[in-house]
Amino acid sequence: MNYRMIRYVLGWILIFEAIFLLLPALTAVIYREKELLHILITCGICAILGGLLVLFKPKNTLLFSREGFVIVSLSWITLSIFGALPLYLSGSVSSYVDALFETVSGFTTTGATILSDVEILPRSLLMWRSFTHWVGGMGVLVFIMAFLPLSGSYNMLIMKAESPGPSVSKLVPRVRTTALILYTLYFAFTILQFVLLLFGGMNVFEALNTAFATAGTGGFGVKNDSIGSYSPYIQVVVTVFMLLFSINFSSYYLILNKKFKDAFNTEVRWFLYIAFGAIAIITLNISHLFDSVWEAVRHAAFTVASIISTTGFMTVDFDLWPNLSRALIVMLMFIGACAGSTGGGIKVSRYMILIKDIIKEFRIMLHPKQIKKTIVDKRPVANEVIRSIYVYFGTFIIVFALSFLLICIENHDITTAFTAVAATINNVGPGLNLVGPTQNFIFFSDFSKIVLIFDMLAGRLELFPMLLLFNPATWRKK
Amino acid sequence: MNIIIVGGGMVGENLVAQLNEEDNNITIIDTIPETVNKIATRYDVMGIVGNGATHQIQEEAGISQADLFIAVTGSDELNLLCCLVARKSTRCPTIARLRDPEYSKDVPFLKDELGLAMVINPEYVAAKEIARVLRFPSALKIETFANGRVELMKFRIPEGSALIDMAVKEVITKLHCDILVCTVERGTEAYIANGNFVFKEKDILSIIASPKNANEFFRKINYKADSVKDAIIIGAGAVSQYLCDIMKKSGISLKVIEKHPDACEEFSALNPDVNVINGDASDNEMMLEEGLATTDAYIALSQRDEENILNSLSAKNTAKCKLITMVTKHESAELVSHLDLDTIINPKTVTSDMIIRYVRATKNSLGSNVETLYNFIPGKIQASEFKVVENSPITDIPLSKLSFKNTILIASILRGDKVIIPRGHDVILPGDSVIVVSEIMPLHDIADILK
Repeated sequence: MNYRMIRYVLGWILIFEAIFLLLPALTAVIYREKELLHILITCGICAILGGLLVLFKPKNTLLFSREGFVIVSLSWITLSIFGALPLYLSGSVSSYVDALFETVSGFTTTGATILSDVEILPRSLLMWRSFTHWVGGMGVLVFIMAFLPLSGSYNMLIMKAESPGPSVSKLVPRVRTTALILYTLYFAFTILQFVLLLFGGMNVFEALNTAFATAGTGGFGVKNDSIGSYSPYIQVVVTVFMLLFSINFSSYYLILNKKFKDAFNTEVRWFLYIAFGAIAIITLNISHLFDSVWEAVRHAAFTVASIISTTGFMTVDFDLWPNLSRALIVMLMFIGACAGSTGGGIKVSRYMILIKDIIKEFRIMLHPKQIKKTIVDKRPVANEVIRSIYVYFGTFIIVFALSFLLICIENHDITTAFTAVAATINNVGPGLNLVGPTQNFIFFSDFSKIVLIFDMLAGRLELFPMLLLFNPATWRKK
Repeated sequence: MNIIIVGGGMVGENLVAQLNEEDNNITIIDTIPETVNKIATRYDVMGIVGNGATHQIQEEAGISQADLFIAVTGSDELNLLCCLVARKSTRCPTIARLRDPEYSKDVPFLKDELGLAMVINPEYVAAKEIARVLRFPSALKIETFANGRVELMKFRIPEGSALIDMAVKEVITKLHCDILVCTVERGTEAYIANGNFVFKEKDILSIIASPKNANEFFRKINYKADSVKDAIIIGAGAVSQYLCDIMKKSGISLKVIEKHPDACEEFSALNPDVNVINGDASDNEMMLEEGLATTDAYIALSQRDEENILNSLSAKNTAKCKLITMVTKHESAELVSHLDLDTIINPKTVTSDMIIRYVRATKNSLGSNVETLYNFIPGKIQASEFKVVENSPITDIPLSKLSFKNTILIASILRGDKVIIPRGHDVILPGDSVIVVSEIMPLHDIADILK
């Protein structure tokens, strides 16, 4: 294990966190809030500690798979531990575990909150919450890679560990250029949404927060009713952008390069089928609750986009909807967005390959000697990819089941416990019943919160980096 | 530069490793997914699985934006086809590896007709390098600069030499030899020799000198510098074939030892003047019978690295002659550097070196006046050739008055047909070409060598 290199990367993580904190600090200056002090203290701690850690560049910059995994998981943990300080120091959140929960929820773009009233929170801290979504959405290490030449080769290992999806492909030969392109697209889309929200009459502060939270598919709102009280125009804009941010970013790159056929690949098509299918079913199911069909469509579309993109915004309390719709919403949580997007969940591409592979296995049962490959986008899927998907599903079920059991210790109802885990491990945010869209996570014990914190991180980093952290063999020499 | 490489074998990977270091955007194409995966994980490059000769795969690799296309698969025909297809869709230069001796006479024709920028034959290049070493056997390796006008010799300081414990600046005062010491390799380290550097036994020196001065220098440091009159070659492969072709008129009598009778017959038919012996080179008795004890050079060129290394080691014990060993695998090359064998030839690295030199030259011709850049000691020391223009801050001032960066050495000045080995009183004039040996650093202009 190359500990020096890990230390070095973590140092840079802290330095970048200090830079990220300048945005809420600026907000505090603009609105003359006393929280400026606490933000600057955190900023100083991160800068000094980070500066010390990067003071000596290690001679041996070689990274292997194990360092890749460890760097990614430790980076996210470090980021969250220090990112929670402004909330805690300012006294806005009284317990550190709560502050950590809120921050992890931010960076992992979950959007589950422990705050019952967000409107009393200072604007600088609201800005920090939303900004953590934006930073966490595309991945903080990808960000660092875009702007800092770390080690050249082997960067791919970090990118693989941080980017969602079963197989990560680069857009261009160099990791750094790839990261730069991804962030440029991300930035451009965020700005576009920000401008469209301004047209809808939002003020700059709210538009910026909403754009950050949508881009990262996070879901922290600046109002207690999330997006509910905004105009239909704004709700439609947010719906469209939630869907846009849950499509693989490489598709946009392909569109820019005029490769339209490649851009609308099988995964994107499946994603759109699932999303529009769910919208249709839910609309039919809830139309009697609203005055007009259009209103039903609008709310159904918003909710489906919000859940499948794992954002977690809401316009109406979907927990009051009929059971079919509620069940569908829970299922959408597990499906999630496309690979290579900022969304969470298990990812459409995994289901797509899994289902195709199951169909193939059915055929082989009937013709045991048949040789058949699983084909996606006219190309056979590599056996390792298929194997990794089965392993992912198996691991997901185990982690989910264990977390569910641990949450049940507290003796809340099964729906609450189940959807609390589902909403955190899939980075969605709201669940049903006690953790429904109008509720929050404050009532859980510290123990349950720590379990959910783990689930959020595990879900965002696609399980293995977090799990390998607890595997003794990772730390052993051989 | 955007570079597409077809073929992820030894040469391909070597190219990727070196070109990637030098900030090029590389896409590697191979038909074997494992190979592509390995290279794409180990280096920061894009990997594509597929047949590099198809237009579709080349499109996917971005042939339209490519600045260079290199085909180095194991098959000559495939390489040609790759380049041919690439040429049809883009104007970028193409490089193909062609190793079959049958094609060697077609090279000029193929280059013209298929529009290839460069054709590389690793075995031929290796044979040429061996021939060069045979002409001057004291050197481990001879590098040539400026189209062969400057030769740089590498050799190992022998036991009990007068050089041991001598400082670089004393070479002129004590030995009265007009040579220039460029670099010293000691173990895994490499140094650029400044005046106070003290030599030790087994250091590998590289020097620049005229042939006359070099011979005198070698005599003074009691280094044997006999010319080679006969040589034993192990293995009747392609390199041996090329080597025999090149050495045909040199007057050196050659003896080829080959295990397989069929290969012997074939070789003998092609080279009637060469003594072909059917036998196993590890059979010591047979080898003594064939004159191993008295030969001037022993050249191990069989297909297997292990065989070559072992045969060379055992020959080293029996004969006091020039040893040349061919290795092809990366791993073996690393190993043999610790074994104290004389000259190591690696056709794969020779090939990638040539391609890389080409890449550097094209790359450098854009926006800087480095003419050629040599990776002199890989990863440690480079040699760059500059063209000096008017009004350069280094012209017309004696070298001793200029303050250079610490790790810089001016190795030679080329003025017209003359090659000057620079001393403190020499001056650089506009229009000269200057070869600068330095640690690996970006040098864009000759003025960059000043402090």
